[in-house]
Amino acid sequence: MTAQRLVPIGLALVVFVAAWKAIVVVGGYPPFILPPPEEVAARFVSAWADGTMARHAAVTIQEIALGFVVGAVLAVGVGYLLARSALVERLLSPYLVAAQATPILALAPLLALWFGTGLLSKVVICALIVFFPIAVSTMVGIRSVDGRLLELGRSLRATRRQVLLTLEIPAALPSILGGMRVGVTLAVVGAIVGEWAGAERGLGVLVNLARGSLFDIPLMFATLITIALLGVVLYLVVVLAERRLVGVR
Amino acid sequence: MTVRAAPTTVARTVPPPAGHLAIREIAVDFERTGGTLRALDGVDLEIAAGEVVALIGPNGSGKSTLLRVISGLLVPQRGRVELDGRTLTEPDPGVGLVFQEPRLLPWRTVAANVGYPLDLAGWAADRRASRVDELLRLVGLEEFGGARPSQLSGGMQQRAAIARSLALEPSVLLLDEPFSALDALTRERFNVELLDLWARTGTTIVIVTHSIPEAVFLADRVVVLSARPGHVVADVRVPLARPRTLDALDEIAVSATAREVRAHLATGDLDGADDRPAGAVAGDATSAIEAAS
Repeated sequence: MTAQRLVPIGLALVVFVAAWKAIVVVGGYPPFILPPPEEVAARFVSAWADGTMARHAAVTIQEIALGFVVGAVLAVGVGYLLARSALVERLLSPYLVAAQATPILALAPLLALWFGTGLLSKVVICALIVFFPIAVSTMVGIRSVDGRLLELGRSLRATRRQVLLTLEIPAALPSILGGMRVGVTLAVVGAIVGEWAGAERGLGVLVNLARGSLFDIPLMFATLITIALLGVVLYLVVVLAERRLVGVR
Repeated sequence: MTVRAAPTTVARTVPPPAGHLAIREIAVDFERTGGTLRALDGVDLEIAAGEVVALIGPNGSGKSTLLRVISGLLVPQRGRVELDGRTLTEPDPGVGLVFQEPRLLPWRTVAANVGYPLDLAGWAADRRASRVDELLRLVGLEEFGGARPSQLSGGMQQRAAIARSLALEPSVLLLDEPFSALDALTRERFNVELLDLWARTGTTIVIVTHSIPEAVFLADRVVVLSARPGHVVADVRVPLARPRTLDALDEIAVSATAREVRAHLATGDLDGADDRPAGAVAGDATSAIEAAS
């Protein structure tokens, strides 16, 4: 990244922090309602330094990574079937939409009951939440593959497998990765929600602890910032992957 | 009968032993809402190995449909296509196809696009690479193998598409209005290049075009199709020596041939399916080839 692109990003950050500080000063809010930015920053550093944050973040990252991969793989497969088979679409789409319309917040306690308070229930929740956007974007991507390219494949006697690997997937890749962009930020939400429904460790647990038994509001804010940063970093990872895979076309 | 200059300008290639097409009584129907549409009705054509044939006809005469039948992409309701005595039922490695638009895969480099048929056919990487180099040189794109299709002009993209269609050394090359998107000057240049390519590869060429001068300049025979349902109304031999240069376009024989083709187009346009005298013209031409070969 060039300096030219970094300057506006830095500027926006300065404005954000200044506004935050101004609200605290003008509104006269106590630290347990809205701690000032410097206090949150200090707590952020100390929580990372003493290993608290890292311990919880590691758990959450693992849940997100596993859930995202499982959900994405299933979603790409199902999305392909939805695009290519009218029967599959008719059978599955009502359930998919219904599942998507049910708030994950309402499902999380049930999933915690079924799959326990460990890793598995969070992986399931993350997988569920990333599934829909990726399945839909895969379906749309595969459906919009240029029929003329498929005809080219046919004229060159491409097998079904070759059509899938050399035409359909590369052509649908920008769309699939677009769904993954949405999916990866949702996976963060899924992990935190899952942890709220029952867990021993994780950033969602830490938010609860900081607000409740620890009553360490600056730590709660520091955790929220960590969660937000995690979402941003994961999003950037997908964008970078997109740039490598799709590149200049 | 015109004597064609032997394709020996470049030593690398051999004269074609194959590429004889027999198109027998082709009929094609399309299902439309409100009934069946007969696109082709009893198209009969004999094309000798190494011959260049232009298909011309009014819109909706089924020129492109006929080309799709020959390429094996479309199965006719009646009739068959034989390549060197073999009936074609599906796309065949012996038949290369160039579409109206380049249809390059935007995510592949130009070289990878040209090598795509070899990829599908399972060629080993090193063998593929040397064949791709050869093909890029053949169409004058050796500098652009690493480029993306989007970085190339429309004409260069179509050249890459032609190189791709030649990858598996087909004995027949089918072109569906390949230069219709190019400007007039580029188009003339491409016609010369196509003839040069033909001289070097010796493939049989069947080209669909809307342009009478283009058809006459390129072809040994100009086959005129009627309006729907398409059938052969005339088979006009082009009395022009080879190799041909653009100067040939000024010859009297060219304008005479063009006038003849235009006249047949006019009759084909006016009347429908039962144009038997025109069918007889086609029959005469066919027997003339058989007598000559």
